[in-house]
Amino acid sequence: MVPALLAFGVAPLMLGVANRTKAIMAGRVGQPLLQPYHDLVKLIRKGAVYSRTTTWVFRAGPVVGLAAVMIAATLVPLGGVRALVAFPGDVVLFVYLLAVARFVTVLAALDTGSSFEGMGASREVTFAALAEPALLLGLAAVARTVGGFSLSTMLGAATARGWVAAAPALALVAAALLVVFLAENGRIPVDDPATHLELTMVHEVMVLDHGGPDLAMILYGAALKSWMLGALLIGLVVPVRTGVASLDVLAACAGMVGLAVLTGLVESQMARLRLVHVPNLLVGGTVLSVLALLLILRSS
Amino acid sequence: MKDWADPVLISIVLTSFVLVGASRLGTCVRVVALQGVLLGLLTLATRESAQSLRAPVLALASAGLKGVVFPWLLTRALRDAEVRREVEPLVGYRVSLLLVTLMLAASLWLGGRLPHPQAVTSPLVVPVAFFTILVGLFVIVSRTKALTQVLGYLVLENGVYAFGVGVVEGTPMLVELGVLLDLFVAVFVMGIMVFHIRREFDHIDTDQLTALSDWIR
Repeated sequence: MVPALLAFGVAPLMLGVANRTKAIMAGRVGQPLLQPYHDLVKLIRKGAVYSRTTTWVFRAGPVVGLAAVMIAATLVPLGGVRALVAFPGDVVLFVYLLAVARFVTVLAALDTGSSFEGMGASREVTFAALAEPALLLGLAAVARTVGGFSLSTMLGAATARGWVAAAPALALVAAALLVVFLAENGRIPVDDPATHLELTMVHEVMVLDHGGPDLAMILYGAALKSWMLGALLIGLVVPVRTGVASLDVLAACAGMVGLAVLTGLVESQMARLRLVHVPNLLVGGTVLSVLALLLILRSS
Repeated sequence: MKDWADPVLISIVLTSFVLVGASRLGTCVRVVALQGVLLGLLTLATRESAQSLRAPVLALASAGLKGVVFPWLLTRALRDAEVRREVEPLVGYRVSLLLVTLMLAASLWLGGRLPHPQAVTSPLVVPVAFFTILVGLFVIVSRTKALTQVLGYLVLENGVYAFGVGVVEGTPMLVELGVLLDLFVAVFVMGIMVFHIRREFDHIDTDQLTALSDWIR
């Protein structure tokens, strides 16, 4: 129960921490840490405007997308504490729930009939198609190391033993997951969340026509997604499994804050990659996952 | 020291991947230099250094030559040739990465089936050596710039060296130093060649050299 509640409650805070890091690196004071929550509340209290060319698909997009992401959040463990729902094979369900959320967002974007949003949808789908094998193969490598096919087993007590047995391979998986984390959440070096320049946007383009509560749902869904992928990465990289649940969760939360700071640091130090070079990065992530899987298949 | 062998070998594999995926020639030169230094580390990691000075000397010579001297020579050639990028490789970068992944799988499969004459320091040595040799050959055939082909040759030699270091325990030091000297001469000559090709034709694309016949000024 704890991991899901934490995800639902604290996810937008990660954005706040990343933004604050960027501001401090740039020498500014920055927005309050709780600003994402204020934004969400503001958006929910607004009304929504719908174009006459859109159909029910456009209105269903944010709702279905948020629902899919929330279900996925119940599958993710945190700091070795079992997730709300855990069964063998929930890895695949997790990845495909994220895919469903993306699919409905893309449909809603295409439903507006704007060529601009179509372009964003095309980019989003291209990058997602390259990031998905990296995620799935990386998780497969972890599953093989640990010997369980459920997220709660893979990132549970067995992770620490996995590091003893196959540290290089798990390090490769962690690097691949970091690439996926940055790509799927539209952070630099794949996409710049701060820009609204049409030629460079990927994720932001698709949601331009959403407003009010719909936009709030999309933003909250994005924050949840970022939390979940971060929790996967942290579950792997911070294998603190003392057995005392509160300590483990605390370590994982510290890891999440560290990850948010790292995201902010990357964003302050790097420029966004040119659009044609992004697939190279994602294929590189996939290659890391494949390498890890090959190493583990060989050693076992 | 043996615990370090596997991470070093995996780093060598990663440098090969970067070499195949990078388009800037400067990056390629630096990556191959890093691979040379990693090979020096591998020499230290796979052999017991307690016996003699052999392993440290060999490691230092190899790392110094491949990590400092060659990059210096090649960077000079690069500067004289005024090329920055491998613009049109015969095989694209993403396809190259996928092909190289297949090569890795093939070498791991092959390495697992070959009978080893004696105990190998790490089960990864033989596959990684095969893989590095294959990557070297692949870079030679799939890139068009003369300089990248020199790098492919170096990677190929790195693979042979890794095989020797990991599998054959008793190579005389004289032989290994002799091989390093040969390599040095080869790279030296190739650097001069690159320079001359560039001076004669204003580019270093080797695929265009096939159209030459008796070329009269």
